[in-house]
Amino acid sequence: MAHLGPGKAASSKEQAGLRYPSNGKTIYHRPLNRSKTAELSQASFAYLFSEMVSYAQRRVTGIQELEKRLNLQGHPIGLKLLDLLLIREPPRSQTRPLTIIALLHFIKINLWTHLFGRQADRLEKSSNPDTPDEYMIIDNEPLVNAYISVPREMSQLNCAAFVAGVVEGVCDGAMFPARVTAHSVGGKEEGEMWPGKTVFLVKFEPEVLEREALIGKG
Amino acid sequence: MTVFALIIINKAGGLIYNRTFHEGGLNKISTNDYLVLAGTFHGVHAITARLNPLKSAAAAAKRTSTTSTAGGMPARPEPPSGLEVLESENFRMQCFTTLTGVKFLLFTDPTQANVDATMRRVYDMYTDYVMKNPFYQLEMPVRCDMFDRKLGSYIREINNR
Repeated sequence: MAHLGPGKAASSKEQAGLRYPSNGKTIYHRPLNRSKTAELSQASFAYLFSEMVSYAQRRVTGIQELEKRLNLQGHPIGLKLLDLLLIREPPRSQTRPLTIIALLHFIKINLWTHLFGRQADRLEKSSNPDTPDEYMIIDNEPLVNAYISVPREMSQLNCAAFVAGVVEGVCDGAMFPARVTAHSVGGKEEGEMWPGKTVFLVKFEPEVLEREALIGKG
Repeated sequence: MTVFALIIINKAGGLIYNRTFHEGGLNKISTNDYLVLAGTFHGVHAITARLNPLKSAAAAAKRTSTTSTAGGMPARPEPPSGLEVLESENFRMQCFTTLTGVKFLLFTDPTQANVDATMRRVYDMYTDYVMKNPFYQLEMPVRCDMFDRKLGSYIREINNR
């Protein structure tokens, strides 16, 4: 993951107080976990996430509110991950994504690889002409849902709302304000093979599209 | 070579999961009978677990003599296991008790080999798809689609071997 150039090592030498290591790698360039694959135990994550869901479930009145709470838990993670993943990029591509497509590719590839060790499965634009502001990130089996069976009376719920929150955080941090929601589509028509298939619906605010159109012209 | 059924009993003796995999292997009994079976087995198991007083007394004596020399933590005694296998002409029932007192009963063909490995796998699935599910309440009946699905495909694989 770390294609790291010399970075700002040269320029920072003159600044007093803030010292960079000579190879330009700061603690932000490497994960704290130094093991070979830098992976964490899925079991411990599953238990943690299970408790997070139970915690969010306390004193909620409905499924929408529960999803909202999970979304809020993920949002700050997205904001921080955007910064972290950008600083780990090679210096010449260290800018935040400037177009919707670049942003979504960044999410599909960099964010997903960092969080789940693989890319998201598909990226789609809404085919409905009434909703040009909607994009879809598709994950066939979200890691967070690996061990979760949602009871029948809550079939509307998808706990990947947490991941939707992370995605929303990345979009907001990159100045593409959006609402992101998670929807289960497994078990329908073509979803048979992937019962846990989840669509993350990214709905950008109108001003984002307006700006996008202006950039496209210029 | 067939696995007929799986029953899971919670630590209070209540039936929390009951599933038949092979039609015609065992006669059908009503849900009520399954509940009685679970409760009865729980009682019998509790009694059989206390049937080896000599061994545990000897182990306790040994432990008190070794703790001082070991210097570290006193070794935890093996929990008494109780009834493990029940065999009849037509089926074999294997019982596995977890450290938390949940009992898994697997009914198989008497010639079925490697039931220990199967049991281990079933227990793995229970810990994965039941215990890590935020919507499962402890001690309550297991209603987890994912567990049903994974268990079903695993047992089908064994039965078709």
